[in-house]
Amino acid sequence: MSAVVQSNSAYLQSLLAGQHNVATSKQVWLNKLRSNAVETVSELTIPTTRDEEWRFTDLSMLTKVSLQPAHAAIQLGSADIKRFHIKEAATRLVFVDGVYAPKLSNVVAKGIAVSNLAAELAINSVILQQHLGQHVANNGNVFSALNTAFLHDAALIMLPRNVAAKTPVHLLFIATQKEVVNYPRTLVLADNGCEATVIEDYVSLQDEAYFTNAVSEFVLADNARVNHIRIQREGAKAFHIANCAAVLSRSSNYQSVNVAMGARISRYNLNIKMAEGAECSADGLALISGRQLADTHTCIDHAQPNGTSRQLHKCIVGGGAHVVFNGKIMVRHGSSKTDSQQSNHTLLLTDKAHVDTKPQLEIFNDDVKCTHGATIGQLDNEEVFYLQSRGIEKSRARNMLTYAFGAEIIERIPVASLKRSLERTVLEQTSTQL
Amino acid sequence: MIYPNSKTILEVRNLCASVSGTPILKNMNFTVKSGEIHAIMGPNGSGKSTFSKVLAGHPDYEITSGTVMFEGKNLLELAPEERARAGVFLAFQYPIEIPGVGNSQFLRLTYNTVQTHRGKEELDPLEFDDFVREKMKLLEMREDFLDRSVNAGFSGGEKKRNEILQMSLLEPRLAILDETDSGLDIDALRIVSKGVNYLANKDNAIVMVTHYQRLLDYIVPDFVHVMEAGRIIKSGGKELALELETRGYDWVSDEYKAASRVAA
Repeated sequence: MSAVVQSNSAYLQSLLAGQHNVATSKQVWLNKLRSNAVETVSELTIPTTRDEEWRFTDLSMLTKVSLQPAHAAIQLGSADIKRFHIKEAATRLVFVDGVYAPKLSNVVAKGIAVSNLAAELAINSVILQQHLGQHVANNGNVFSALNTAFLHDAALIMLPRNVAAKTPVHLLFIATQKEVVNYPRTLVLADNGCEATVIEDYVSLQDEAYFTNAVSEFVLADNARVNHIRIQREGAKAFHIANCAAVLSRSSNYQSVNVAMGARISRYNLNIKMAEGAECSADGLALISGRQLADTHTCIDHAQPNGTSRQLHKCIVGGGAHVVFNGKIMVRHGSSKTDSQQSNHTLLLTDKAHVDTKPQLEIFNDDVKCTHGATIGQLDNEEVFYLQSRGIEKSRARNMLTYAFGAEIIERIPVASLKRSLERTVLEQTSTQL
Repeated sequence: MIYPNSKTILEVRNLCASVSGTPILKNMNFTVKSGEIHAIMGPNGSGKSTFSKVLAGHPDYEITSGTVMFEGKNLLELAPEERARAGVFLAFQYPIEIPGVGNSQFLRLTYNTVQTHRGKEELDPLEFDDFVREKMKLLEMREDFLDRSVNAGFSGGEKKRNEILQMSLLEPRLAILDETDSGLDIDALRIVSKGVNYLANKDNAIVMVTHYQRLLDYIVPDFVHVMEAGRIIKSGGKELALELETRGYDWVSDEYKAASRVAA
């Protein structure tokens, strides 16, 4: 394949430089997938605030940082990453700067296949070809196309029919290098009637600028049940842009909790497409301060009847930080008996904290139940007074209430040790922010 | 109960307070001695709830004149949390829900904070657990109360019982119960009252703010006061509450106006 493609944006061209160095696969379809993605990228530009989808999120800072594809991963020992371990998750796949690190990983899953894509390509070529890059939108989305252009490895979870994974699977993506782009990739294939909990976890071992451009695809067959927990705790100067597509077949159930607390600028696009009788939840917490920006765009597409969706998205914004939430609920023609609830609550801790929130309901059907609501506010003085009247100092009272606001989302994470460690983080964050 | 030689706990003199520039309390005078139980009654908007919040230090109310002495200290100089530590307790009419904060964690934090400021020993989680369970028996509270978030999803009765549980932990010198009876069924009212009566002793005092005589059947006051337009216009014994129950408030108001005219 020819990699000499002229991008209409010099910046994108610089990002694509080095793409042709990625080893080409023996799998013709994969090479084709990548070269198509390169072409897509060459037709696009980095979005600006003139694009409706990026109105509130200015990426010009990203384009000013000179970034290279990550070079060969530095050697990490298991001691370096021990603090990221999640006790319940016996199976852990570790990717360092986007490169699979088998020595740091631990695969003990019984009955389910947890592996990296490179190892499975030859064996599972047919099913991989069927799904990889087929669910996340590449058209018009420069970031997912870029990720696919660089696609040569991925975290891969294949859940066989009617098998329940006993313990959560932890996908740990660690950034160690500065001024590089990492392209983490995840594919979860959940066969009929299976059950699993997947934790997607983005962390950093350094505080300089870098760019994580992640793509995840979750494919749920009939009656499959998947818990998807996503924790974005990147370094303070990082850029994090991620696209996730969840495709839900009949009567399947996808429960997701997404926590964004890291990165200088982060954007998470979650697209859920629901077949008949499917259920989903798409809860989120953005906890940011300083000059951070966290943007969450979700789209729940009720493509068929009898679907149920629930969404509670909360934001805690301190300092001069800026949070964005765009929650689209789509109910298509014929999707009768859809039951959808969305709420978005934002807590602004300072006068300079900023929020842009937009519920977006597109309903093309009468026989549906859809509710949505949004609140934006400061801490309630009555609540602060209540705690003070019990002897608790005002600053501590404020911390407790801020913590409690976020804890409502954290509590929904079905992994006890992760829940506790996030609760501690939220507590620390809220007590230093005020 | 009225004890001979009891000490004055609270002395309010000519207190005026306003909210957003609107005067609510107008020359309020009120004295409470240790061991006493007072009931403050009066129609809606008479300033009863404002008075209880002002005593607890609610930031929305501005004190424009007057004094409040609590056990010899100038109460108005203290922040709400300092008042609580000094021994003022307000049982809220609408206790706040705090989802995400465990009740036992919250109760232990308030208990230990207040204990520390009173120069007493803190309790560790295990010690506190035994301590609070003992107190919960008094209020017939189920054990899972401790595991739930503070007041989140509690029924009206459960919230009020949780308030009295906090009162039992913080051992105030002055407990102000702001419409603690509102929204309670007879059973819950009985339990809450039993708790309050158990906690009342010769060293503390209780001020009940209420609309209804009903509560006073269970917690018998030594004094009943009627508030109107931001001040107390009549005081009497427990029999006054019964008279209010049958005759309403108008006659008290008329009597007060007539007396004011004579005075003028």
